[in-house]
Amino acid sequence: MPPLEMPLLEYDGLRVELPGTARPILDGVTLSVAAGEAVALVGESGSGKSVTARAALGLLPSGARTGGQVRVDGTDLVGADAARLRAVRTGVASMIFQDPRAGINPVRRVGDFLTESLRLVGGRTRAEAEARALELLTAVGLPDPARHLRQYPHQLSGGMLQRVMIAGALTADPQLLLCDEPTTALDVTTQAEIMAVLGQLQRDRGLGLLLITHDLDLAAATCDRIYVMYAGRIVETGTAADLLAIPRHPYTAGLLGSSPPLEGTPGRLTPIPGAPLSLAEAASGCAFFARCRFAQPGRCDLTPPVLTSPVLTPPVPTLPVPAPAAPTLVACHRADELIEENR
Amino acid sequence: MTADPDLLLQVDGLRKTYPGDGAPVVAVDDLSFSLRPGGALGIVGESGSGKTTTARMLVGLERPDQGQILVQGTPLVARARGRVARLARAKAVQIVFQDPYLSLDARRTIGATLDGVLRLHGSASPARTRELLAQVGLGDREAAALPRELSGGQRQRAAIARALAVEPAVLVLDEAVSALDVSVQAQVLNLLSDIRRDTGIGLVFVSHDLAVVRYVCDEALVMYRGRTVEHRPVADLLATPRHPYTRLLLASVPHPGWNPEAIGLQRRELAALQAPLLLPVDAGGGR
Amino acid sequence: MSAWTTRLRRLGGGPLVRMSTVVLALFVLVSVLAPWLAPQDPTFGELGDSFAGIGAGHWLGTDGGGHDTFSALIEGTRTSLVGPLAVVLASTVTGVAVGLFTAWRGGWVDTVVGRVLDILFAFPALLLAILAVALFGKGLGAPVLAMAVAYMPYTARLVRSLTAQEKVRPYIAAYQVQGHSEVFVALRRLLPNITPTVLAQSTVNFGYALLDLAALSFLGLGVQPPTPDWGAMINQGQAAVLQGQPMSAIVPAVAVVLVVVAFNVVGEHLGDRLAGRES
Repeated sequence: MPPLEMPLLEYDGLRVELPGTARPILDGVTLSVAAGEAVALVGESGSGKSVTARAALGLLPSGARTGGQVRVDGTDLVGADAARLRAVRTGVASMIFQDPRAGINPVRRVGDFLTESLRLVGGRTRAEAEARALELLTAVGLPDPARHLRQYPHQLSGGMLQRVMIAGALTADPQLLLCDEPTTALDVTTQAEIMAVLGQLQRDRGLGLLLITHDLDLAAATCDRIYVMYAGRIVETGTAADLLAIPRHPYTAGLLGSSPPLEGTPGRLTPIPGAPLSLAEAASGCAFFARCRFAQPGRCDLTPPVLTSPVLTPPVPTLPVPAPAAPTLVACHRADELIEENR
Repeated sequence: MTADPDLLLQVDGLRKTYPGDGAPVVAVDDLSFSLRPGGALGIVGESGSGKTTTARMLVGLERPDQGQILVQGTPLVARARGRVARLARAKAVQIVFQDPYLSLDARRTIGATLDGVLRLHGSASPARTRELLAQVGLGDREAAALPRELSGGQRQRAAIARALAVEPAVLVLDEAVSALDVSVQAQVLNLLSDIRRDTGIGLVFVSHDLAVVRYVCDEALVMYRGRTVEHRPVADLLATPRHPYTRLLLASVPHPGWNPEAIGLQRRELAALQAPLLLPVDAGGGR
Repeated sequence: MSAWTTRLRRLGGGPLVRMSTVVLALFVLVSVLAPWLAPQDPTFGELGDSFAGIGAGHWLGTDGGGHDTFSALIEGTRTSLVGPLAVVLASTVTGVAVGLFTAWRGGWVDTVVGRVLDILFAFPALLLAILAVALFGKGLGAPVLAMAVAYMPYTARLVRSLTAQEKVRPYIAAYQVQGHSEVFVALRRLLPNITPTVLAQSTVNFGYALLDLAALSFLGLGVQPPTPDWGAMINQGQAAVLQGQPMSAIVPAVAVVLVVVAFNVVGEHLGDRLAGRES
């Protein structure tokens, strides 16, 4: 579905560099989200996934040197003026964060939080704004929304408050929802409910969804396509089913081998040695070189690998999936050989 | 309950309440379980289930209102008085906390921290410090480092070494891997299973993550609103969950073909139940 | 000499910190060596010499009574620094003891002591000092004691909130679980972790105490002439300012400002360094 229309959100070689760091925070990030599509960006701490999400609202770390483009609905946000950024933030893209309590004024009622932007930006009257807020709270599945409108944030649980934040993000009628670890602070059962709400919004309203998460299983269970990020670079991308079945990048494979399974015989985990690359550490070639068990000195540590389609397409998983909706791309010098080995 | 010296840990009828806005809030109610030498029990639950309160009672940071904790047949007191009693209490149960950034003294190097514990327990020597560090996969460089110079995974290893330095009978891990990156979490999980295999220490593994509990433990105890709703061998519990809450927990774990919408429904039904539905508890052993 | 410069360099910090350290060291040195450094007896004045300008005889001139300003400044360093030092030492030691004990104990002890501290806050330090002077007479002893009492709640309140914050941290719980005694954990493990912030507060207190004591002397209630003291010197010199002879008031005033600022700079830097915010 995406190739013909212009994607809603498109990163084109986004590079963000902060003074005093050994490597860029983001290094040539290329990523797209189409309308009605759920896309996940998966990475560990320090991978740059949150910085990527913020860039879609034009929020870049101050003092950063940037390159490349971030287009939201056709508008490039890198170096855009305030008016253009405001137009994107109030009409096209909204964001949800990890901690719902950090994003809401604790001494104001939930209703005030929701109606404020509806009245100020949307130009609605108080009654209209309240009616709309009620509608939105119903849409995010909050039971008894009229009562919650009169409550203060501390009277709501974390899961309920995250629903309020989603409703708040919807006040601008966005086409694109950026979700930065929206369920990490919540219990697993609450996580399921929040993901259900996000999935419904994506399907019913045709929203584009970018889910930022550290949880590859959550990403695969809820999104169509996945981008895996390591040390500021996209190392692999493909459909969720494909990526989970046949991970091409050693890092993706390492992540999968690191999480204990719920089913099957529990063998010993095969963790990735070492720790993620910090901003103080530079990488001359592949950023994963130091932790990769397939790394070849003299080859992998010379130039950074480029995101390309592996030469050999491995057998498609047994499910009757049509040809993959999105090509699998991987940034690994040895991708072709490793696929050959795994056959 | 009769004291059974063959059991490493016996917990009987533990109850803890906190003063609330009117009626006291029951954090843990009628909790009983036991652990054989070398056994590993997972305590599974969500926030507010009482699992962290349980961990804190086991190490004496909270005093239970009712009930008893026995380690190798000897009852534990919540607040030990006097040096001998304190050291004996410490030798019974140690703990590793969730946040590796707050659980180490920022002013002391890892080596000095370990040394302090060893000196208190009269077994300090450079060789012992090095041995402990090696046991958790750390070396001289980490020994000389302050916590802030180490990664999250290294700090958590140091916290494990600190607990092991006391040579406790039981080690409590309170969400000890949930703050770590996935790749690092796997390293620590493997480390824990190695320690279990090599030392015969008893583990009480408090976590919200069923998959992690399955990897480390043989038995799991599911807590819901302070009560035990299911306590069985992990494999059985995951294969044929009996309590609706256990089923809900299992269904909530993201997997291919996941249907989160059904979970919301399931959860509301469960919440509508006035009291947690109690099923006969069949533990793997000890009861 | 080289040992001193390396030690100074190891202290770190920018040129401002180094300059402030030198200034403080200089003043401390001067206060110790005052009797040998002062070229003249500051208590001796000849009226014929009044308002002598800066010159070979009097490096910083003289005041209206013909006292040598430079010598008075040097001799005054002692009383001007010893007073606030005593205030800060006494208030910090008692404040830390009260704050640490109550917050560690918690419960009703904490509530009661908290209320008592609130009441003590209601008394301005200077007023309390004046009251003490009225009861026990002029001089340095009574005001210092009164101000120590008045300054204690600031430190106690700070230590109390820092301790309450710190004691719930898991590293403190870990020390308890290891089998250390409560006294050991509170004094030897928790206290060092809050010391940098307490030190910073004490530095600020030093500045205020110096100002308050100078004000007291300025009012004629503190150190009595002819004992040299900066505050008293400003008092003596204020009338002369109107006569167009500001030197004898400006010199001690500059000394007060210099020491207060230097203490703040060094204290803040020390606080940062001990807190490990600087690698």
